[in-house]
Amino acid sequence: MDQRRAPDEGRDEPAHLLEVEDLAVEFRTAYGKVYAVNGITYTLDERETLAILGESGSGKSVSAQAIMGILDTPPGFITRGSIRYQGVDLLQVGESERRQVRGQKIAMIFQDALSALNPVFSVGWQIGEMYRVHRGASRVDATKKAIELMERVRIPSARERVGDYPHQFSGGMRQRVMIAMALSLDPDILIADEPTTALDVTVQAQIMELLADLQRETSMGLILITHDLGVVADVADRVAVMYAGKIVETGSIFEIYKNPAHPYTQGLMASIPRLDQKGEKLTPIVGAPPNLMHIPSGCSFHPRCPYARQRCTTDVPPLYEVGDGRRSACPYSQEVMQTGPTRRR
Amino acid sequence: MIPVFFGATFIIFAMVFAIPGDPIRALSGDRPMAPGTVAALRDAYNLNDPLPVQYGKYLVGLTQGDFGQTFNGREVTEIMAERLPVTIKLSLMAFAFESILGILAGILAGLRRGAYLDSLVLVSTTFVVSIPIFVLGFLSQYVLGVELRWFPVAGIQDGLHSYVLPAMVLGSVSLAYIARLLRTSLVENLGSDYVRTATAKGLKRTRVVGRHTLRNSLIPVITFLGVDLGGLMGGAIITEGIFNIPGIGGAVFDATKSQENTVVVGIVTALVLVFMFANLVVDLLYAVLDPRIRYE
Amino acid sequence: MSDIGSGGRPRPDPEERLHPTATSLEEESVEEQGPGITAEARPDPSRVVVAAAAGELPQRQASLWSDAWRQLRKSPLFVISAVLIVIFSVMAVAPQLFTSIDPRFCDLSHSVEPPSAKHWFGYDIQGCDYFARAVYGARISITIGLLVVAVSGTIAIALGSIAGFYGGLFDAVIARFADIVFAIPTVLGGIVLLASLGDRGLFQVSAVLVLLGWPTMMRLMRSTALSIKEMDYVQAARSLGANDLRIMRAHILPNAIAPVLVYGTISVGITISAEAALSFLGVGLQLPAISWGLQISDAETRVLLSPHLLLFPGAFLILVVLSFILMGDALRDALDPKLRR
Repeated sequence: MDQRRAPDEGRDEPAHLLEVEDLAVEFRTAYGKVYAVNGITYTLDERETLAILGESGSGKSVSAQAIMGILDTPPGFITRGSIRYQGVDLLQVGESERRQVRGQKIAMIFQDALSALNPVFSVGWQIGEMYRVHRGASRVDATKKAIELMERVRIPSARERVGDYPHQFSGGMRQRVMIAMALSLDPDILIADEPTTALDVTVQAQIMELLADLQRETSMGLILITHDLGVVADVADRVAVMYAGKIVETGSIFEIYKNPAHPYTQGLMASIPRLDQKGEKLTPIVGAPPNLMHIPSGCSFHPRCPYARQRCTTDVPPLYEVGDGRRSACPYSQEVMQTGPTRRR
Repeated sequence: MIPVFFGATFIIFAMVFAIPGDPIRALSGDRPMAPGTVAALRDAYNLNDPLPVQYGKYLVGLTQGDFGQTFNGREVTEIMAERLPVTIKLSLMAFAFESILGILAGILAGLRRGAYLDSLVLVSTTFVVSIPIFVLGFLSQYVLGVELRWFPVAGIQDGLHSYVLPAMVLGSVSLAYIARLLRTSLVENLGSDYVRTATAKGLKRTRVVGRHTLRNSLIPVITFLGVDLGGLMGGAIITEGIFNIPGIGGAVFDATKSQENTVVVGIVTALVLVFMFANLVVDLLYAVLDPRIRYE
Repeated sequence: MSDIGSGGRPRPDPEERLHPTATSLEEESVEEQGPGITAEARPDPSRVVVAAAAGELPQRQASLWSDAWRQLRKSPLFVISAVLIVIFSVMAVAPQLFTSIDPRFCDLSHSVEPPSAKHWFGYDIQGCDYFARAVYGARISITIGLLVVAVSGTIAIALGSIAGFYGGLFDAVIARFADIVFAIPTVLGGIVLLASLGDRGLFQVSAVLVLLGWPTMMRLMRSTALSIKEMDYVQAARSLGANDLRIMRAHILPNAIAPVLVYGTISVGITISAEAALSFLGVGLQLPAISWGLQISDAETRVLLSPHLLLFPGAFLILVVLSFILMGDALRDALDPKLRR
C-alpha cells in the first residue's frame, strides 16, 4: 500500500503525438458481450517505438483497429475513452475527417501480407493507389512513386517487379510491399500489427531492422503489436504489457525484461525457454487466459497469480508508479520486483 | 478439350446407333416404314459397317457440315440456319436480362446482407429456382399473356416486344442463380483481409467496395455467365416449345414430339459443340480475370 | 474494505494469500491450453481453486453435428421444408391416405371439369380425377429423385475419393470422363439419350439421370479428398500404419459428408425438376406412368383455357422441389462453419 498512484496523464506534460485515454471496446454478439478492451491509456511520441505485448485475446489488435477506426461496427463498439492525435480527439470527429487521417497520417500494416493485399491488382497498382486517390496523381506518376517506395523498402528489381501480383512475391517481400504502401504518404504514426509473426526467423530480423531504419529516417512514431518478446527487443523503446483488455505494466524495455513489476509480465519472462535452462522443466503461467465475456472480478489476473491476495478478487488495481517512468497494475509490485525475473524456487 | 469433344459426340452417337435394338426403328420412332425405305436408310446411315467405322463416317460427315436429314430429306443444317437468327435474338435478350438484373440484385443483396432487401432477394431467388422452367413458362404465359394481355401468348413478330416474355422465362432461373452467386461472393470478399487493408488506407467505402471487392466477386459470376450458354440452350428448347417460337430449340422440341430422332441428334450435337466452345472461352477468360491462375 | 462474506461468516483477511501453494512452481507441468478450456482437474486443491476462480467451468466439446442440429431446430426454413418433405414422402408411400379415388378411373364425360368440392383439382382431359393423379404422381417423382441421387452419389463418392486420393492416372481418367459428361447440358443430353430408348420406365429414366448427374458430386468429393489428403493428421495416420481404405473411411469421408449432404439434398430437388421437364417433353416417363411432368404435358394444348390443369401438378412440383432446396440451404447454413454467427 506504499505505492503512489500514477498521476493522471497529460496534465502537465507536453502534447504527445498520440494519446490514448481510457479506451474501451466491446463486441456485442449473439452469445453476449465480449469485453475486448477495458480502459487502456498510453501515449506515443515522435521517434518513439512502443511495443504492445500480449497474448491472443489480450485486446492489443482490437485497440489498434479502434485507433485506426477500422473496427467492424457492429459488432464492435467503442464504449468510452478518447484517442487524441495531435491534440484532436478522433472519436469526436466525423468520418470524413477520420478518413483524412487514416492511411495518410496514421497508417497500419498487418500480419499476413498475402491475405492483406488484393490478389487481383499488381503491387504497383496498390501502392500507387495512395497517390492516385489522395494526391490526385496520374497512373504514370503513381507507378513511379511506387517504384521509389519499393526501392526504399529494399525490394530488389523494383522497376521490373512493380507490375507483379502479390502471390508472386515471397513472404518477406510481401511484407515490405505492405510497409511501402503504408509509408507512401509519410504518416506520422505507423501501427504494425504482428508484422513478423507469419515470417521465418531470419526474415523477421530483416523486417524489424527495416522498420527501425525507416523510423530513424522519418522520425515517425511506431507502435509494434506483438506476442513475441524476442522480436521487439532490439527495436522498442518502451513496452506496454496487455492482459484481458487492460495494460498491466509499462516501462522501458530493459527494465521490463530485467525486472518485471507485474506478476503477469514476470510469468511471461519466466516462460521463455532459455539455453541455460537445459534439462529443466518449462514454467508456463498456470491456468488459461480468461473468457472475455466473463472477466474475473477485481484484478483479472488473480486466478493465475501466485502473489494474489483475497483483496485481489474485489479491488480493481489502477496503474501504480513503481519507478521512473514505470507503471504496474499490481499493489504488490515491490514484492514481484524483489523476486526477480525468474521466480526462484 | 479434344478428348472431351470426341467423348461427348461419341456418347451421343453411340446412344442412338449402338444400343441393342434396331436403330432404324429408333430413328423412325413409331412410324411404319416400307422395307425398301428401311434398306435405303440402313445404307445411308452406314449401319452395315462396324461401329467404329460408323462413328468415323459420322464424324467425317460432321466436318463436312452434314448433320443429317429429316425424313423428308431436308438437311438439318438447313433447318438450323433458318432458325438460328430467332434463337440468337432470344438468347441475347435472355442473357442481357439475366446478367443485368442478376448482377444488380446480387450487389444489392450482398451489400445489405441481413437486411430486408437481402432476405427478399434470397427468398425470391430460391423460389424461382424451384419452379421448373416449363411450369414457369405456362404460368407467365397465362398470367401475363392471357390474363393481363401484356405480351403475345405465343409466336413471334417483328420487333422486340414478342421476345420479351420468352426471354424473361428463359433467363429467370439463371438470374436467380447469378444473384445468389454474386451475393455469396460479395459477402465473402467483404470479409476479406484486403478489404480491411483498403479501409486502413483511407479509401472511401464506395471505392473499397466498388473497385476492390467487385472485381474479385464478379469472377465466379462471369465464368458462370460463360457456361450458362449451355443452360440457355437447354432451356430454349422448352421455352421455344411453349411459346411456339420458330428457333433452333423449337426445332428440337417439334422433332422430339414427332420422333424425328435424326434431327434431334443432329441439332443437339451442334449445340453441344457450341457449349464446349463456350467452356473453352470461359477457361481462357478465367486466366484473364484472375492473375493467380495466370502465373501458375 | 467491504464485507466479502455474508453475515455469520468470518470476514476473510484481504491480505490473505489466494493461492498459498502456488509460489512454488515445481509441480507445474505443461498444461497450457487454449482459452476457454480449463486446466485438467487434478486432486491438488489449489489447482481446483485456480480453475474455478478463473471462471472456467468444464465445457462439453461442441461438435459440428450437435451444433448444426441445434441451429437447425431453430431455423424456420428447416422446419418448413422438413414438414413438406415428410408430407410428400407419406404421399409417395401411402397415397391412399390422401385420396380414396382411383387415379386410373377415368370418365370422359367429366373431361376438363374445374375444381369442385368433391374433386379438389377437377378433372383432366381424359376425365380422371386430377387430385388423385397428382397425389399418385408424388410417388414416382420422389422415388426417382431419391434413387438417382443415392446411386449417383454413391458412384460419385467412390470415384471422387479414388480420383482425389490416388491422383495420377486414376484422376486423369475419371476427371476426363466427368468432363465429357459435363460437356453435355442435362436437358439436351437427356433428350438425346432418352429419345433413342424405346421403353422408358423408372429404370431407364433414372439411369440416364444418374449418367448425366454423377460428375458434379464427384468433383465435390474429389476436391475434398485432395485437400484432406495433404493434411498433417493424415500423414500422421499413415505413419502409424493406417492403410488407404482406412484413411479414406476415417478421415476423408467424414469431412466430405457435410458438403455432399448439402449438395445431395439440393440435387434431389433438381432431379425431380429435371424428370418433370423430360417427361413434359415427351422423352421421360411414358403413360401409363403417373408423373406431374406427364400431367402437364398432356394438358399442354388446353392449359391456357383451363389453368387448373397446370396449376395443381405445378404447385405440387414447385412445393416438392422448393422443400428439398430449402432443406439443402438450411443444412448448408447449419453446417458451414464460416457462416456461423
